[in-house]
Amino acid sequence: MNTMNQTLLLRASAKVGPRVSLAIGLTVLAVLLALPLLHLLPGDHALHVSSYTLTLVGKILCYAVVALALDLVWGYAGLLSLGHGLFFALGGYAMGMYLMRQSAGDGLPAFMSFLSWSELPWYWVGTEHFLWALCLVVAVPGLLAFVFGYFAFRSRIKGVYFSIMTQALTFAGMLLFFRNETGFGGNNGFTDFKRILGFDITAPGTRAVLFLASLLLLLGSLYLGFRLARSKFGRVLTAVRDAENRLMFCGYDPRGYKLFIWVLSAVLCGLAGALYVPQVGIINPSEMSPTNSIEAAVWVALGGRGSLIGPLLGAGLVNGMKSFFTVALPEYWLFFLGALFILVTLYLPKGIYGLIKRGEQ
Amino acid sequence: MSSGIDAGLARDAIGLGQVAGQGLNTRHGTILSLEDLCVSFDGFKALTDLTLYIGVGELRCIIGPNGAGKTTLMDVITGKTRPDSGSAWFGETLDLTRMSEVQIAQAGIGRKFQKPTVFEALSVFENLELAQKTDKSVWASLRARLSGEQRDRIDEVLDTIRLGQERQRPAGLLSHGQKQFLEIGILLVQNPQLLLLDEPVAGMTDAETEFTAELFTSLARRHSLMVVEHDMGFVGRIADQVTVLHQGQVLAEGSLEQVQNDERVIEVYLGR
Amino acid sequence: MPTALYRLLLSLALLLPLGAQAGDALEFTRAGASEQVRLLEHWSASPTAERRAFLDALQQGRIGADGDKNPYVQQAGQWQPLTEANSDDNPRVLRLNNRLRGLLNTALASHALSDENAGARLDAARTLQRNAPPALLPVLEQRFAQEGDDAVHDALALALANLQLASPEAATRLKAVRLLGETGEPQAKTRLQSLLDGDEADPAVRKAAETSLAQVERKLFIGELLGQAFSGLSLGSILLLAALGLAITFGLLGVINMAHGEMLMLGAYSTYLVQIGFQRLAPEYLALYPLAALPVAFLVTAAIGMALERTVIRHLYGRPLETLLATWGISLILIQLVRVIFGAQNVEVANPAWLSGGWQVLPNLVLPWNRIVIIGFALFVVALTWLLLNRTRLGLNVRAVTQNRNMAACCGVPTGKVDMLAFGLGSGIAGLGGVALSQIGNVGPDLGQGYIIDSFLVVVLGGVGQLAGSISAAFGLGVLNKILEPQIGAVLGKILILALIILFIQKRPQGLFALRGRVID
Repeated sequence: MNTMNQTLLLRASAKVGPRVSLAIGLTVLAVLLALPLLHLLPGDHALHVSSYTLTLVGKILCYAVVALALDLVWGYAGLLSLGHGLFFALGGYAMGMYLMRQSAGDGLPAFMSFLSWSELPWYWVGTEHFLWALCLVVAVPGLLAFVFGYFAFRSRIKGVYFSIMTQALTFAGMLLFFRNETGFGGNNGFTDFKRILGFDITAPGTRAVLFLASLLLLLGSLYLGFRLARSKFGRVLTAVRDAENRLMFCGYDPRGYKLFIWVLSAVLCGLAGALYVPQVGIINPSEMSPTNSIEAAVWVALGGRGSLIGPLLGAGLVNGMKSFFTVALPEYWLFFLGALFILVTLYLPKGIYGLIKRGEQ
Repeated sequence: MSSGIDAGLARDAIGLGQVAGQGLNTRHGTILSLEDLCVSFDGFKALTDLTLYIGVGELRCIIGPNGAGKTTLMDVITGKTRPDSGSAWFGETLDLTRMSEVQIAQAGIGRKFQKPTVFEALSVFENLELAQKTDKSVWASLRARLSGEQRDRIDEVLDTIRLGQERQRPAGLLSHGQKQFLEIGILLVQNPQLLLLDEPVAGMTDAETEFTAELFTSLARRHSLMVVEHDMGFVGRIADQVTVLHQGQVLAEGSLEQVQNDERVIEVYLGR
Repeated sequence: MPTALYRLLLSLALLLPLGAQAGDALEFTRAGASEQVRLLEHWSASPTAERRAFLDALQQGRIGADGDKNPYVQQAGQWQPLTEANSDDNPRVLRLNNRLRGLLNTALASHALSDENAGARLDAARTLQRNAPPALLPVLEQRFAQEGDDAVHDALALALANLQLASPEAATRLKAVRLLGETGEPQAKTRLQSLLDGDEADPAVRKAAETSLAQVERKLFIGELLGQAFSGLSLGSILLLAALGLAITFGLLGVINMAHGEMLMLGAYSTYLVQIGFQRLAPEYLALYPLAALPVAFLVTAAIGMALERTVIRHLYGRPLETLLATWGISLILIQLVRVIFGAQNVEVANPAWLSGGWQVLPNLVLPWNRIVIIGFALFVVALTWLLLNRTRLGLNVRAVTQNRNMAACCGVPTGKVDMLAFGLGSGIAGLGGVALSQIGNVGPDLGQGYIIDSFLVVVLGGVGQLAGSISAAFGLGVLNKILEPQIGAVLGKILILALIILFIQKRPQGLFALRGRVID
């Protein structure tokens, strides 16, 4: 699927104008729409799509949302976050808790009974309701991003300082979630989900719906990003990135702009995390490790930051290659990823999207 | 969500903006009153008891050797640096030492940097669109549409700074002189009461310098201008009044001729 | 002096008078089990200097008896008769049951109380705190009165008080309680506490116990405080070693080197290799391997650092975020490389004898030698760096390039070479840090990952380009960490510190020591 994307795109970059790009985009979209339907076919059918493939692509769709969200703050506002994995994981944990409660019925989730807790900690109260869990998915990453961003932007932390602070933030989050007594399932996190909204979580129908929801989220985020980039708001953001001082002396307060896009980006990540968890079936603190967040940065860098399509390409390519390597050549994946970081920064400052653009002109 | 900040911003934009418009109280004919300003950086005194008044519609040139405190003076006026002591009033009512940079800009003080600073990724037109005097809160920017009137105003400024042909070009691709003009345009489109210009003709060709001088003299009366410049020829062409700074203090004030004949100024400048 | 060596000397010295103990030995080997119990109890209560060698040998399983129950001692694998009467029968080692073994320990301890070495006396007193029988009271009192060493004195007091507390006489118990109050032993606290919680009826004793408890707690508190301060300093010195190289590459060159942690890791692995080399080639000098590892680690990491600078980082000056990503890629490759070569498991780097053990300052405060040495080493490295930057041509060039690259180039400073050397210096210092880290923690491929965030926080907090700032930030963070840890736990402590740093930067965006100035970007 991804290799197919890649060859198509390379051919596109060789010549031809935006119309071909559009056609490719629509084809990819059609394939993505078809995947869940093909999954519903009986297992022995020639066109049947296995649940492995569907889950993999669904996972990549969620990652693509993260890449897009990261690009909004990095590509447009110039704030490289190395902590977006935290927001992703927070959304995932909120959804994960709902799924745990579904599996546990009226009792406490298994890991809590394990610690012989007798009642739910206050912050998990109400998570048996899907809607409340959904509120948490949005509110928790949003609120954290707001508080962190408020202080960070107030003191004009930017550039690498901002990056390091966000990295430290996700690191701290990881430590907190690793603890058993904090009520987040410790090392193992949340897993062993059974039902979502009463449906069997492994049923083909449920998988297909979750996949479509991820696709919808991605398309929605894309539309939102497109509208923002086209608005005056988007232009102010690029101005923040390029000449923040000039902007302030024009009478704009950059803090509000940064905070808005920062919180929006965090919320998108939270939503992506919430859709990721039921598809993949597990959420644990390693999602918050700084490594994960910085890997997201390379998706965006490879695809091309400051564009909306680039991050999606990057997320698709890197994750496609990752699933190839971890099966075929697990020893070499980190070498490859490391080399990718170096080569992209040295030779592809505008990413693949930049290459395509140049090809079109 | 971010409404706390934005509401405040919107309030600033509306409230202070109106004060700065017709309402800016300049009863005594001075638009800027700086009194006994002191600024020091870790023991180094950048400004010492500096007192300076600029009248409404005046075009004032500030000259002085390097390290005289010219840029620091601008930093204080625009709120980037807080003075250790002394007062800075914009009109009769606005205390600049208590306002943020953004508030000061919204109140009607525009600043041009020494190094031309424009939004390089945006087109010339978009540069002016952003700078235009309007509600600058986040919410407003999300819904902003340009009115015909605003479009006309931008076109007018584009003509003034002679960049009408370049309106769709990314600002990053302009020549150095064109960037200088674009930055002046960014200031003009904000309709400020007071313009602070840090070495506006540095790196310009003679023709461009000539044009800038014309532009500035035409701006005076309608706006107040404070120009920091090293080019004496340029200063001589435009200035009503010249202030000489030296070691953070006002050394002399008067017409260019008076100042040039001042013994102390000659000593400082020529090192005699 | 290390106890192992001391014991060796001691047993050598005591071999000679062993013959003089023939009487005791004979008595013991001839005795039945219950008689042996009585004997040992008796000997505990009335120690003599001559008997000690025999007891030592007995404990070491070197005393044997032949068929006629004549005593023998085993020396260098040979049985030597201790009495003149001996038979042709082969002697067999005298086996002791658990009860006898316990009694023997007590007896040995009671004999060791008059040892010349304070450490041995302290050990003995500690043993007696646990298992002294009431019969030992006179011996303990006598030794207590004569003891000159403070630590031993305290330990004896506790042993004594343990016995006295069981006394039916209130006056004796009162004395014991007062005695406990004078010690700074953690055990004294538990004793007093259990006394107060228990059924002590005498009001005077209770009152004295309360006073004593407060006294002991104060002393313990001081020890704990000092202990926290020390572990704070120790953590600070480690942070400093980790952050110092970063302060150079980031502060002076503006390069975010995410592979800095891996330089620490490579330094630690160099130490491991040097250790292996010593084991193979010069085992007699093994104790010195950490010293030899210093230059090796420095050169290895400096060379790798310079190579990276020339090939990758050079192209990214002025683009800090890109540098960050590229160096992260480098760190991934280095980690995986080490995993492939050395395996994913931790490798074993052992402390040489002079770095193991510790210095007992207070009853509840032991300062490990390796940590003391590392604090000193960190300060040494800082001093060296300062000298290098402020007193050498290279340092002058580095500072010149930092302040104005173009101007420096115009003055004939070879900026490219200076960049390379400065980067090499930063990496080399990290390598030195790696040697230090290998002496206190695990050495594995992920070693560096744990330090990178902390060291960045140190640099950010200290202010860019400020050695003094980095030093105070490192020690400040270290001490703060160790103060918070026992109160709210390590994890919450870390999170709180992060929050504090963010708040701190609100007040001083340029860090602790940065200069305020006119900056327009």
